[in-house]
Amino acid sequence: MNVLEVADLHVSIGRTDIVRGVSFALEREQTLGIVGESGSGKSMTVLAATGLLDAPGARVGGSAILRDDRLGLARLIGASPKALRRVHGDAIGFVFQDPSTSLNPLLTLERQITESLEAHRNLTRRAARTRALDLLSAVGIPTPENRLDAYPHQLSGGQRQRVMIAIALACDPGLLIADEPTTALDVTTQAQIIDLVRDLQEQRGTAVVWISHDLGVIGQVADDVIVLQQGQVVEHRPIVELVDAPAHPYTQVLLAARPRLGGSPPPPVDDSGAVLLDVANLDVRFPVSTPTGRAQIHAVRDVSFQVRRGTTLGLVGESGSGKSTIANALTGLVRANGSATLEGQPLLGKVPRDRRRRLAMVFQDPFSSLDPRIRAGDAVAEPLRVHRLRPGRHRERVAALFDLVRLPTAFASRFPHELSGGQRQRVSIARALALEPDLLILDEATASLDASIQAQVLGLLRDLQQELALTYLFIAHDLAIVQDMSHDVLVMQEGVAVEYRPAGELFADPREEYTQRLLAAVPPERPRAARSGR
Amino acid sequence: MRSGSPRALFVFLGRRLLYSAVVLFGVLVVTFAIVQLVPGDPIRLALGTRFNQDAYDALRAASGLDRPLHEQFVSYVTGALTGDLGVSFRSGQPVTLLLLERLPATISLALVGVLIALLISVPAGIWAGLREGRLADGIVRVTSQFGVSIPDFWMGLLLITLFAGVLGWLPSSGYAPLAEDPAGWARRVILPALTVGLVAAAILTRYIRAAVLEVAHAGFVRTARSKGLAPSVVTGRHIVRNALVPVLTIVGIQLATILSGVIVVEVVFAWPGLGRLVYDAVAARDYALIQGAVLLIAVMFLVVNLVVDVLYAVVDPRIRLS
Repeated sequence: MNVLEVADLHVSIGRTDIVRGVSFALEREQTLGIVGESGSGKSMTVLAATGLLDAPGARVGGSAILRDDRLGLARLIGASPKALRRVHGDAIGFVFQDPSTSLNPLLTLERQITESLEAHRNLTRRAARTRALDLLSAVGIPTPENRLDAYPHQLSGGQRQRVMIAIALACDPGLLIADEPTTALDVTTQAQIIDLVRDLQEQRGTAVVWISHDLGVIGQVADDVIVLQQGQVVEHRPIVELVDAPAHPYTQVLLAARPRLGGSPPPPVDDSGAVLLDVANLDVRFPVSTPTGRAQIHAVRDVSFQVRRGTTLGLVGESGSGKSTIANALTGLVRANGSATLEGQPLLGKVPRDRRRRLAMVFQDPFSSLDPRIRAGDAVAEPLRVHRLRPGRHRERVAALFDLVRLPTAFASRFPHELSGGQRQRVSIARALALEPDLLILDEATASLDASIQAQVLGLLRDLQQELALTYLFIAHDLAIVQDMSHDVLVMQEGVAVEYRPAGELFADPREEYTQRLLAAVPPERPRAARSGR
Repeated sequence: MRSGSPRALFVFLGRRLLYSAVVLFGVLVVTFAIVQLVPGDPIRLALGTRFNQDAYDALRAASGLDRPLHEQFVSYVTGALTGDLGVSFRSGQPVTLLLLERLPATISLALVGVLIALLISVPAGIWAGLREGRLADGIVRVTSQFGVSIPDFWMGLLLITLFAGVLGWLPSSGYAPLAEDPAGWARRVILPALTVGLVAAAILTRYIRAAVLEVAHAGFVRTARSKGLAPSVVTGRHIVRNALVPVLTIVGIQLATILSGVIVVEVVFAWPGLGRLVYDAVAARDYALIQGAVLLIAVMFLVVNLVVDVLYAVVDPRIRLS
């Protein structure tokens, strides 16, 4: 029996067609994965099909029919708001991407879990509280009785997502919509949430629609997969078949672009082994002001490492591990103790300008790291102007830099909003290279990009390292791309360097328990369905 | 405040009190300096044409200006803390008494004004915020822009013309103490309170509308809708509560501004508030009275800010349970 049947779904806003004729069906206990890159219409498809779309001016066509044990048949497209409210929260539960914004900061967890029980089941306050307690323990919140009266800010990101799942499952819905539920989480937390949803699904027989940009995650959860490209289904098949024999060229691109463990960087350009950056006993604390007073965060604790000229040091760890703080200390953005030298010359404290420019940085978000009112060419020329280099010859230099990052020279006159995410990140790289730095710090430089674009930018970075004999400090949370890029790897956990070894050794034989956990949490290349024989 | 330790709340309030004390000390230094730094001799200026040497010496001794600076400061601070703000240079009456006489009129006008402002702006701001871009939103936006732009004396005159002149429902001006003549007070407070209230309402409406707009797009509002909650619950429990937290600050500023005296409105309505007292004191170069009034206004700002901070802690668990 199908829980949800969607036929010929269309969504358009103004004159733009965002979803163009999507159809699928879903049975009890089945998980349908929907995969595609940003802008492919994944979320729009599912929100429109379930009647939760809240985009002014959006027109939805086609049909979506829900079969629920209690409520019977319900048409979701074209239904009245009242009819949809009966279904939402009762027959369909939702989990969204960012657990830090999807919970109400002013209400207790109990209130947020019991709201839908009161709305749909008319439970008394006391009965709802008991149910909330059961749900919190079902989603693995430790000491749930103490957590009922807690507020979201008192929980970690992973715990918040567990609470979100408890809210979604409160009324035991037959259908769970999970919209990128692990994208904002660390890799170890992601693995826990995947397991949790699978367990709950098995116990309750829930059908799940799981949306993700990450084929690795989809491989771990889905039975069938829909590949969406520009609002159209290009492939709809069981996950194992899709991974083993992708039929559509776009699926092949997605599969080829997905970061996979097992790669290795090209051999270093310069194998003299000369040390370029030498960091010893780096220690960073910063004061943070909380509403109740000042506190200190010990962000980096006594970290030492070296980067050899022409090589890449990968810096990995989960959020809050101190990776970016190290980059900020080296570039003088935060104050640090200890020592850091670039070819013997100190980098910490007051440093002459022309030594500063031997380090350049590329940031994560290509949307916020370029000034929206400055043309791409001017952004690249700005470091030259600031450091008074090559006066009168900026235009030639900018053209050469655009060539270097494989962008047409004509793009120099474009504003950031006229460029795609990948193109913007190429501009950021060109800007970083403008001063011919010795060391390039790449702080999650590809983390915001779609997998296919990420693969291209990583390829560019590898080529540039070869061409220009560059040295990289490569900061990332994704172990697969770190393996693709790095000659040495430093693993950080809560400000401490837990393992620091040549990349080949570390990935082949991780010594520390934490490194092992990180590696184990990376979604395996083979879909889970292939291994469990489903 | 059921979970977590209430300690965080006390630490928070303790810090706020300490902060207020530091600001209060700074205010004392500045107000003390007013009299010391005025060009010329304040006593002579205050006496004006009534100047003779005996009167001069007597006033100078009475106000303590003949003593060394540090002694004057210590006695000023101890006096201020015990409610003794010296005597008015002009009338010779205690400054504290002159200020206290004006407080009931000022406080009652401010509270009624802010109440009116809230009664108008909260529904209007929420209504417009939930209907972004539609006709209702446009009407509220244009009306509030009108309210922000119109000068308060003009608003006052229009209200007098309408309610006192054309309709004849209310007296055009004057004041009656609340304790002695509640009905008379009520009839007379309405027009000035409406004048300050409408101006404040226009400002508040714009803030509330913007706050509602922002919260309406938040992730947790989508979560609330995904639970199938009734629109009234989504709006009341999820949107409005979160939107009104930052608005508290603006309400506090509006209240403190009206408390510190709305001179033009007080003049138009012959309302004996602080604003007119300060205006008269400045015109008469009565520095002792100016000093006392500035101190009182500063203290009222501090108290309002403290109350706003406490309210923040009450409504926002992130502050009370961090």
